[in-house]
Amino acid sequence: MVVALLLVAVVVGSVVFHFLSPWWWTPIASNWAYIDNTIIVTFWITGVVFAAVVLFMAYCVFRFRHREGNTAHYEPENKRLETWLTVATGIGVAAMLAPGLFVWHQFVTVPADATEVEVVAQQWQWSYRLPGQDGKLGLSDTRLVTPENPLGLKPDDPNGQDDLIVEAADLHLPIDKPVKMLLRSLDVLHDFYVPEFRAKMDMVPGSVTYFWFTPTRTGSFEVLCAELCGQGHAFMRGIVMVDTPEDYLAWVGEQQTFAQLTGTQQTSAAEPTAP
Amino acid sequence: MVDVTPGSVEAIPPAEVPEVELYHPHSWWTTYVFSQDAKVIAIQYSCTAIAIGMVALVLSWLMRLQLGFPGTFDFITPEAYYQFITMHGMIMVIYLLTALFLGGFGNYLIPLMVGARDMVFPYVNMLSYWIYLLAVLVLVASFFAPGGPTGAGWTLYPPQAIMQGTPGGQQAGIILMLVSLILFIIGFTMGGLNYVVTVLQGRTRGMTLMRMPLTVWGIFTATVMALLAFPALFVACVMMLFDRLLGTSFFMPAIVEMGEQLQHAGGSPILFQHLFWFFGHPEVYIVALPAFGIVSDLISTHARKNIFGYRMMVWAIVGIGALSFIVWAHHMYVSGMHPYFGFFFATTTLIIAIPTAIKVYNWVLTLWRGDIHLTIPMLFALAFIVTFVNGGLTGLFLGNVVVDVPLSDTMFVVAHFHMVMGVAPILVIFGAIYHWYPKITGRMLNEALGQFHFWATFLGAYLIFFPMHYLGLMGVPRRYNELGDMGLISDSAHHLNAFISVMAFIVGFAQLVFLFNLIWSIRHGREAGGNPWRATSLEWQTPETPPAHGNFGKELPIVYRWAYDYNVPGASQDFLPQNDPGDYAGAKGH
Repeated sequence: MVVALLLVAVVVGSVVFHFLSPWWWTPIASNWAYIDNTIIVTFWITGVVFAAVVLFMAYCVFRFRHREGNTAHYEPENKRLETWLTVATGIGVAAMLAPGLFVWHQFVTVPADATEVEVVAQQWQWSYRLPGQDGKLGLSDTRLVTPENPLGLKPDDPNGQDDLIVEAADLHLPIDKPVKMLLRSLDVLHDFYVPEFRAKMDMVPGSVTYFWFTPTRTGSFEVLCAELCGQGHAFMRGIVMVDTPEDYLAWVGEQQTFAQLTGTQQTSAAEPTAP
Repeated sequence: MVDVTPGSVEAIPPAEVPEVELYHPHSWWTTYVFSQDAKVIAIQYSCTAIAIGMVALVLSWLMRLQLGFPGTFDFITPEAYYQFITMHGMIMVIYLLTALFLGGFGNYLIPLMVGARDMVFPYVNMLSYWIYLLAVLVLVASFFAPGGPTGAGWTLYPPQAIMQGTPGGQQAGIILMLVSLILFIIGFTMGGLNYVVTVLQGRTRGMTLMRMPLTVWGIFTATVMALLAFPALFVACVMMLFDRLLGTSFFMPAIVEMGEQLQHAGGSPILFQHLFWFFGHPEVYIVALPAFGIVSDLISTHARKNIFGYRMMVWAIVGIGALSFIVWAHHMYVSGMHPYFGFFFATTTLIIAIPTAIKVYNWVLTLWRGDIHLTIPMLFALAFIVTFVNGGLTGLFLGNVVVDVPLSDTMFVVAHFHMVMGVAPILVIFGAIYHWYPKITGRMLNEALGQFHFWATFLGAYLIFFPMHYLGLMGVPRRYNELGDMGLISDSAHHLNAFISVMAFIVGFAQLVFLFNLIWSIRHGREAGGNPWRATSLEWQTPETPPAHGNFGKELPIVYRWAYDYNVPGASQDFLPQNDPGDYAGAKGH
């Protein structure tokens, strides 16, 4: 009796906690409301299954508890019931998987008009690079990283000269413009994670990873590193500001290009275009 | 599948081969220390696993101290915190759960349950334990090495695992960790071959595969999986050792560490992750399948009812085992691997939910119309179903690739895997210990202490891990030694963290009560007799309790029926032992 009541209490308590507790996701600030919706669908399906299974158990524990003279029913198998349950489970699983794969397809299909922004991680700070006037990011190589060239850009790549370098400072993004975040790490694994954007992806030294999203609300959002990257992991924070178009342009105007940062290379790179 | 009519003599094959001569010990040393008896080896394995498990328990307290009350304890530096979480995870998954289920329960139960006198290769079996012990000692040594143990997280991801910014990365910590894992795998392989061959070749007459208790099916399938999965971890460990000691670049690309160019180039960190999770995901089921098997037997015995859908249960175990080898990359949805892999791995991962759900249905349908005795093992079995269903369902969030994107690397993941592969299997371990302790020692564990242990553990663990999901949903990342003034985290979330820590202490304390019960009852427990639960499987039918060397006295038992003949219509008692030759009109088992 007590056991059955406690099992019921576990279900009721869990459901009440789910609806009444103050702990829930942060207000979304990107286009990935689809992800939130898929989570809601999953919560409903799994919640109903959890409640049904545990309440059924509670009923069994109460109804079929041992009393003097009780005997159990002897029934090794019941093909119909087993088939029926298997099919029902299959349908429930498909109901979660189908929207999930549909949204994943969107998640991995970057729109053609997305602007590229590079995030460069190292222990334990965030830097960024924007493509500049030509809309193209120049080539880079970890081997080229020096104190003067902190992100390892190829000095002789013309596409890189006008790239804007934002070293260990905040990133600004314009509202309602899709961005493709190109993720690069100079040392170990990191993960660029902004809870309000719902998206995240590991950064792997030796390769460039990506994800895309569209910021949908202005404000200041915290960047967290989400892949254990050494003893400073918990302090590897940053800020992404989502701006109105005017504020964004003003911020871009204040940033320095790669050429400006490395004065000598600017002349050498400018030479071919001079004559 | 042919249903074997119970009692029909043709079903019992003649003894074709004479019994193999057992190894008989000649001294105290070879009886109790360098023993080749699987039962002694099982107890050695179990005691060692529980001892190192206590270290993991203390480590979990230390990290909950830090998370619940950040800034209060100066000795828990970020380095120390990361060392605590790494060692806690590694110990629990490998050195406690794997060792206890396979080395402990596997060794004790397989020969007894299939009607064998011992494992097929007793000497190798003994070596298996001693190499395991050596692996544990190397692991413990890393706590005392300069720089302490590794703090790379239990996943040991390179490149950070062997770099300066990670505790133990450029000191002895990571080396000892990798060496210890390599030793563990060698030791495990020796034991694992024994379990597989004993199940396949050592069964007594009449014990067909489809008459084996599900405990044996679970341990057998898990062992086969472990033999296939551990080699991936083995090579990954060897390759990382080479990277660390010889300067190779299996996992090391070009790296600038703190402004300095390292001498590595061209390696792939993601390669390690594939190797690790090719082992790591089956590992989840290596822990889960023995628990599935054991809990099936606990439920059937204590509900006095045949397990519902036995054949379905066997095929579900085998199916889960096979499927678990093609789902590993669901741990890597945001690892930077090719995003199209997500479609495949999300689909396989959600498909595995179907056989798993069947198992859950069959457990609760075994309760349906049963005669439920709420003994301590039964309570733990019920609690297992609750926590396993809970943890399994949150797996449907994380397995569904796009839902995993916001949730991965958050406390949601920590809550999920603790519920499903921490709490749930450990509840089964407790249930199993309360169930088989009378066979192992001849005495019952104390009931009142058991009740306290059960309620504190089940409700406490649920209160720890259920709310933790919501911290993750909020965005709290895992593996943060402190959250600091994170804008998105409310004050109430910090209070929740403190609450979780307090619960962790209560649950931990309950385990000390359990340990006390284990030791106290050896001498002071109530005498159990040979078959206190009136169970059907062979280990309860031994002539002596605890079973003597050779298990079954002069004659090996002959098996006439499956392990689930409870409350057979027409039988004179509510259970029929597997070696009962009687022909009962009502019996329909296999």
